[in-house]
Amino acid sequence: MTDSTVTIEVDGRTLEAKAGTMLIDVTDAAGITIPRFCYHKKLSVAANCRMCLVEVEKVPKPLPACATPVTDGMKVYTRSPKALAAQKGTMEFLLINHPLDCPICDQGGECELQDVAIGYGRDVSRYSEGKRVVADKNIGPLIATDMTRCIHCTRCVRFGEEIAGIREMGATGRGEHMVIGTYIEKSVDSELSGNVIDLCPVGALTSKPFRFNARAWELTQVEGVAPHDSIGSNLNLHLRGNQVMRVHPRDNESINESWISDRDRFSYEGLYSSDRLTSPMIKKSGEWMEVNWEMALEMAAAGLGEIKEQDQVGALLSPTATLEELYLAQKLIRGLGSNSIDSRLRQGDFRLDAGLKQASWLGLKISDIDSLDAALVVGGNLRKEQPILAHRLRKAALAGAAVHFITPLQLELNYESRQSIATPAEMVKRLAAVAKAAGVKGSGSLAALLNAAEADEFAETAAASLKQGDASAVVLGAMAQSHPDYSLLYALAAGLAGACGAKVSVLPEAGNSVGAQLAGAVPHLLPGGKSAQSAGPDALSMLKLPRKGYLLLGVEPGVDFHNPALSQSALQSADMVVALSAYRTPELEACCDILLPMAIFSETSGTYVNAEGVWQRTRGAVKPQGEARPGWKILRVLGNLLNQQGFDYTDPDEIGEELHALCNGASLDNRPVEGLDLEPKLGRDGLQRGGDTPLYASDPLVRRAAALQQTKDAGQGVMRLHPKEAERQGLNSAENAVIRQNGYQATLPVTLDEAIPEGCVWISTGLRSTSMLGQPFGEVTVEKA
Amino acid sequence: MANEVCLRTLDLERPWLIEQYQSRGGYEVLKKILSEKTAPEAIIEEVKKSGLRGRGGAGFPTGLKWSFISRNAPGQKYVVCNSDEGEPGTFKDRDILRYNPHQLIEGMVIAGYAIGATCGYNYIRGEFWEPYERFEQALEEAREAGFLGEDILGSGFDFQLHTHLGAGAYICGEETALLESIEGKKGQPRYKPPFPAHFGLYGCPTIINNTESLASIPMIMEQGGEWFADIGVKNSGGPKLFSISGNINNPGVFEIPMGTPFSELLAMAGGMKDGRKIKAVIPGGSSAPVIPGEQMMELNMDYDSIAGAGSMLGSGAVIVLDDTNCMVKILERMSYFYHEESCGQCTPCREGTGWLYRIVHRIETGQGRQEDLDLLDDVADKIAGKTICALGDAAAMPVQGMLRHFRHEFQYHIDHKRCMVGVG
Repeated sequence: MTDSTVTIEVDGRTLEAKAGTMLIDVTDAAGITIPRFCYHKKLSVAANCRMCLVEVEKVPKPLPACATPVTDGMKVYTRSPKALAAQKGTMEFLLINHPLDCPICDQGGECELQDVAIGYGRDVSRYSEGKRVVADKNIGPLIATDMTRCIHCTRCVRFGEEIAGIREMGATGRGEHMVIGTYIEKSVDSELSGNVIDLCPVGALTSKPFRFNARAWELTQVEGVAPHDSIGSNLNLHLRGNQVMRVHPRDNESINESWISDRDRFSYEGLYSSDRLTSPMIKKSGEWMEVNWEMALEMAAAGLGEIKEQDQVGALLSPTATLEELYLAQKLIRGLGSNSIDSRLRQGDFRLDAGLKQASWLGLKISDIDSLDAALVVGGNLRKEQPILAHRLRKAALAGAAVHFITPLQLELNYESRQSIATPAEMVKRLAAVAKAAGVKGSGSLAALLNAAEADEFAETAAASLKQGDASAVVLGAMAQSHPDYSLLYALAAGLAGACGAKVSVLPEAGNSVGAQLAGAVPHLLPGGKSAQSAGPDALSMLKLPRKGYLLLGVEPGVDFHNPALSQSALQSADMVVALSAYRTPELEACCDILLPMAIFSETSGTYVNAEGVWQRTRGAVKPQGEARPGWKILRVLGNLLNQQGFDYTDPDEIGEELHALCNGASLDNRPVEGLDLEPKLGRDGLQRGGDTPLYASDPLVRRAAALQQTKDAGQGVMRLHPKEAERQGLNSAENAVIRQNGYQATLPVTLDEAIPEGCVWISTGLRSTSMLGQPFGEVTVEKA
Repeated sequence: MANEVCLRTLDLERPWLIEQYQSRGGYEVLKKILSEKTAPEAIIEEVKKSGLRGRGGAGFPTGLKWSFISRNAPGQKYVVCNSDEGEPGTFKDRDILRYNPHQLIEGMVIAGYAIGATCGYNYIRGEFWEPYERFEQALEEAREAGFLGEDILGSGFDFQLHTHLGAGAYICGEETALLESIEGKKGQPRYKPPFPAHFGLYGCPTIINNTESLASIPMIMEQGGEWFADIGVKNSGGPKLFSISGNINNPGVFEIPMGTPFSELLAMAGGMKDGRKIKAVIPGGSSAPVIPGEQMMELNMDYDSIAGAGSMLGSGAVIVLDDTNCMVKILERMSYFYHEESCGQCTPCREGTGWLYRIVHRIETGQGRQEDLDLLDDVADKIAGKTICALGDAAAMPVQGMLRHFRHEFQYHIDHKRCMVGVG
C-alpha cells in the first residue's frame, strides 16, 4: 500500500482516495451506498457474502467492493444493470434458505437482511423446496441463537478471532451444511461476547435477556456512559417508556471504538432487581419501617448532626457514583467538620497518600495503549477488570509489543506474553527484581528491597523491553491496588518507569475513580484535586478505627470493601449509619439506621471522569423507581437541613460546573513519591490468601444483573488452590475447607486449580459467600471441614 | 509418440523404483543443473519455451507462473504440488504417483531450485492410499540417494519435500483451499488477489502446480523446451495425459501429443462399447460443458480446438457417453456432486448449487415445471463469475452446456415425466 492518492470514478462521481484502500471504504466515506453483509469496518475482509458486487470497467466479472483495492483511473458502477443483477442474484440466494420468520424474529425492524431485501429482493420467491433448518445452540445466558436464520457472513467468527481473541465460534460443515457454532456445545465466555449480537446482521444471534421483550421500533435511544470500569464506554440506552430495555455501544474511536464489554451491555438488568429500595426507611427498635422523605431526611440530618465530635462522621462513597454525588457528599461531610472521606474502598494500602499531591490515573490516553511497545502489568487481570483496555493492550501485543505480567495467579491471556506468577508477598520481590535489572537504586527500605532482589531472566527481559520501547508503561492493576503493600509496588513501579522512560499507569477501578479524586472524595485531596492540608483517615482506617457515624453512598457492606468482615462489624458498631442506596440488602439493614432510596445508572444525570481524565456527562434517561430520588437531590436537601452553605442547586449541571471550575488547572499525575520510607507489611510466613473481585461482582448494579450472574465471570464462593498445595494441606480429597483469617472464619468448597501458585489459596471478594472473611491478601489457615 | 514424458518408465518392471527411473536417465537433469549451477532464470525460460500449460485444468502457462515469484525476496518460499485430483473423470495424476513418482520428485526439486524454495509439499488426494504409499516410498529412496534434503549432491542447495494427505474434499483441489488445508485449517478458498505467488503457504511466496505439470519438468530440461513444444501444437505444447472413461471398451490413461484428433484417442481406447453411437463427450472433467458426439469427432485434443467448440480441455478427463444415456440423469449426478462439494463459504455457490441440483432432480423425477429450464439457466448464470473460487463456475458450466445442446431432452422430461424414447 502506498500513500499516493488516486482518482477514481464511481457512478460518474469523481472521488479521491489513498491507493490500495478498499473500494467500499471509499464509497462509504463518500456516502455512496453499496449493500453488504460480511463487511465490517473493524473486521478483516472475508468477501464471502457477495452482496457488494459492483461493476468495474474493463473487468469482465463483477468485483466485491469490500475486497477490491482502488487503483488510479478505476471506473466503478454500483448500480449498473450488471452490478444490480449481481446484487439481486446474491439477495435471492441469501433468501432461499432464510426462514423469513421476521414476525417472530427479535431482529425484525433492525435487520440488515430485511433492509437490503427491500431494495434488492423479489416480492415472491422462486424457490419452492423445503428450507434448511439448523438446530439452535445454547451458548450461554447472554446470547440467544436461531441458527436457521444465519447467512454465514462469519462476522461473529472473525470477531472472536480478531477482537475477543478467543476462537469460540467457527464454521463447521460444508456447503449447505455449513453451520456457525461452537462445534462442541459450550458457552461463549469472552468478556466481550455480546458484541456479536450487534455484529450479526440477522436474527441468528440476539440478546437473551432482551429476547421477546420489545420491538426495535418501540424503542427510543438516548446516550449514556458505562459506570463499571474506568474506560467510560459510550452507550446507547434503548428505552421503552420508562424502562431501559437494552444497551448498545455508541461508537467512540478514542474510548471504546465500536465495542462494549458484556458488563456494560447487560448490567442494566440490575435496575429491575426485586430488591430495589423504593421508599425511605428507618430502623426503629430494630424494626424497619417505611417513612416519607421528609421524615427520613430530617432524621438523617438530625442523626448525623447529633454526633458530637463531628470528625467522627465518615463517608464511604462508591467510585461508580456520579461526579456530582461524590462532590456533594464530600462537601457535606467536610461541611460537618470531618475529613473522613474515601471512595477507594477496595484499596489495601494508603501509605502513599502522604506523598500523592495529585490525582492518579491511567497515565496515558486509552487509545495510546494500542501503540505501546512494551508493558509490564503488575497485579492486573485486565480482561476481567477492564475488558476494553485488555482488548487494546492485545492490539499492541499483536503489533509486536512485549507484554509482561507479575501476577498472583496464572492469567488466561489471548496473546503472547510472559507471566511471572508469584504469591502475593512474593510479587513485591519480583517487581523489585525488574526494577533492579533496570538499574533502579532507591533509598531507605526500598534500597534494601532492591539490594535483596535477584534479577532473573524474566526481570532482565521485562526491564530491557521497557527500556527499548519508545512507548512503554508499567501498569498497576486492581490486584496491585488491593495489595497490602500497594505503596511499595507503586514506588517500585514509579522507579522502574523512571529508569526506563516508561509511564506509570494506575488502572482506576471504577467509572469515577479518577472523578472521585478530582471531586475531593478521597481523604488526601480537596475538590479540584488539590492536596489537603491535613489528610483524613482513609477507607480502611475508617473501619479499623470505627467512626460514630457513617454516610454510605451506593455501597454495600461486605461486598464493596477491601475487608468484607471488618466493613460489616465496623458499620454495625456505629451509632448512626445513613445509606443512600438503590438496593435494600440484609447487610445494609443490619448496619444502617436510615436507608434513603437513590437513583442509579441511567436514572440520574451526572458526570463520569474516565481513566484518562475525559469528562463525560450523561442525562437521566428514565425516572427513578418508586420513591427513589437522584443522589444529588438527596444530598442537597441533607445539606440544607444541616444548615450548610452552598447547597442550593436546582440542576445537576450547576454542581458539575462548580466542580469543573475548581478543577481548572488540575492535572492528573502519577508522579513518583519521595521521602516515604516503606516497609513491607504483608508477611511471607504461613499460607497466604490471594483474592480478586470477579468481573461481575464489582458493584451493586452488576451484582444484580441476572444473566451476567449466570456466567463463569460472576465468580464463585470457593477456595481455589494448587493440587500440590492441597496435598500439603491435606485437602486433596476434601469437598469443603474451613478457612481462618485474623479471627474470621468461613467454610467454603475446595476447587483444585493449577493457576494458583503454591503457598497460596485463592478466595475472591465481592461475593456474599465470602464476605465473612477479611481482606483478599494475608495469612490464613485451612483445614478439612 | 505415446508415453514419452510422464509415463516414460511405464514399460519397465516395477517402474516406481528409483533404479528403474534412473535406468531411463532419471535424476540426470537434476545432477546437471546442480553441478553446472544452471541459472534459475534459464530454467524458467526453458519452461516458458516448452509451452507447458497447467495440467490441473486451468491451463495457465507454467513458466509464467514461476516468473511471478520474486526469487530474491528474503524469507521462505514453497513449491506445492497439487495431487488432489478430485475432478470427476480425472485419474491421470494417480498413475504418475503410482508408476513414476521419482519424476515428480525431480520436477519439484528443479522447481524449488528455479524459484529459490527450499521446501515443498505434495498434497495427495485423501482416497489415494496406494499412490500415497508409493510416493512416500519414493521420497525415502530419493532422500537415501541424496536427491532430497540438505546440500543435495553437494551443491549447497537444500530441498525438503513432504507429503500431505487430504481428507476427501473436492474443494481442497482449489489451490488456495489446498494451502489452507496444509496449514491445518478448514479447506476454503482464499479471495484472490493476493495470489499465492505473493501470499501463499503460511503467507509466503508459493507456486502451486499440478502433478503432471511438475512431472513434465525433467523431460523439458533434458530435451529442451522446444522439443516439448514441438510434440504438441500451437498454444498447446507437449504431450498430455488423457483419462478417458465412459461407454468405451478400454478406459484408461493415455499420454499422447496435444492436437491428436479425438477420433484417434477414442480408437486407442478401444472405440465405443457394443459399437453404440457416440452421443456426447465431456472433454475436460465434469465441469467442462458437454459437446455433442458428432461435433466432438471433428475436434482435436488441444486447448484451442476444444475451446472453439465452447468447452474446455480442462484436466484432460474425457467422459464419453453413448446414446443410452439420459442427459437429465447425467446432469443430475453432476449437479449433486457440486452441491455436495461446495465449501459453503460464499453465498452464490453455497445456496445456488443446492438449488440447481433440486431443480434438475425434480425434472429427472418427473416433477419438472415448464419454467424450470429458464430458471436453471438463470440460477446458473447468477452463480457463474460471482464466487470466490471457480467451483461456482464449475457447477454452472455443465448446466449451461447441457441446456445449450440437449435442451430438447430436458423439455421432453418435463412434458412427459420420463426419459426421451430410446434413451435411458
